[in-house]
Amino acid sequence: MSKEITQSGKTQTAVDSASTERAVTPAVDVFEDETGITLLADMPGVPHDQLELHVEGDSLLIEGRVQPLTPNGLEAIYAELRAPRYRRSFTLSRELDTAKIDAHLKDGVLTLRIPKQAHAQPRRIAVTAG
Amino acid sequence: MLHSSLTHPNSLFGQFDRLHRELDEIFGVAGMPTSIRSVATGTLPQINVGRTSQSVEVYAFAPGLDASKIEVTLDRGVLRLVGERSQPAPGNERQRFYARERSTGRFDRTVALPDDVDPEQVKASYRDGVLQVSIARREAAQPKRIAIQ
Repeated sequence: MSKEITQSGKTQTAVDSASTERAVTPAVDVFEDETGITLLADMPGVPHDQLELHVEGDSLLIEGRVQPLTPNGLEAIYAELRAPRYRRSFTLSRELDTAKIDAHLKDGVLTLRIPKQAHAQPRRIAVTAG
Repeated sequence: MLHSSLTHPNSLFGQFDRLHRELDEIFGVAGMPTSIRSVATGTLPQINVGRTSQSVEVYAFAPGLDASKIEVTLDRGVLRLVGERSQPAPGNERQRFYARERSTGRFDRTVALPDDVDPEQVKASYRDGVLQVSIARREAAQPKRIAIQ
């Protein structure tokens, strides 16, 4: 399932209240090929509707709230994951086309594909003879 | 002893205040006594355990698993979780890696459960990258009538 990304041209006031909550930095794999960047982030426990992706200028913010199914009256007796939120931000270089980010979330793994701007992709230039 | 907060929406994460957190760093995680069969903190996947009056809930935060390869076994009060995540398939050779933080491979973790769980009533599910195992607690011990032959 793909996910909408919000683009904002002003400060992220909506995110501020959430950002005071403790958050965990998710582990990521980032790799690049000639057409763009692929980012994989581990965010286990985040359902599709609790994932937020914000692009502001050249900054990408990934946030997700962990919501496993918990029965009523659950009391923690042992916790290695201590915060209910993942958060990480990245600076994107200019040649990336942030308007065309593709995002998929499956089994707690977020896959983002950020293509390079068309003009930044390598092109073969045909040479006419004569 | 240290206690977690009760029945809060984030109760699974144990909203320890700052003092508790500092003591946690020194003495290890609060609550469950460490069992010789429980693997120490710091290994993956991360595990949280919660309890209601009816059940014990174990959550292993393990994204991207092959669900058919997950093994959950319960033996003499010890829950064992085994799973595997394969490395991402190598792309074309013109790929450059900038970060490679995500773990891959096989994990094998054990959790010692409280004595009052009923091993006949275990359910496990895998959703949004969380392996959740729910074990019912035995009914409070009732004196049983023993028939005399």
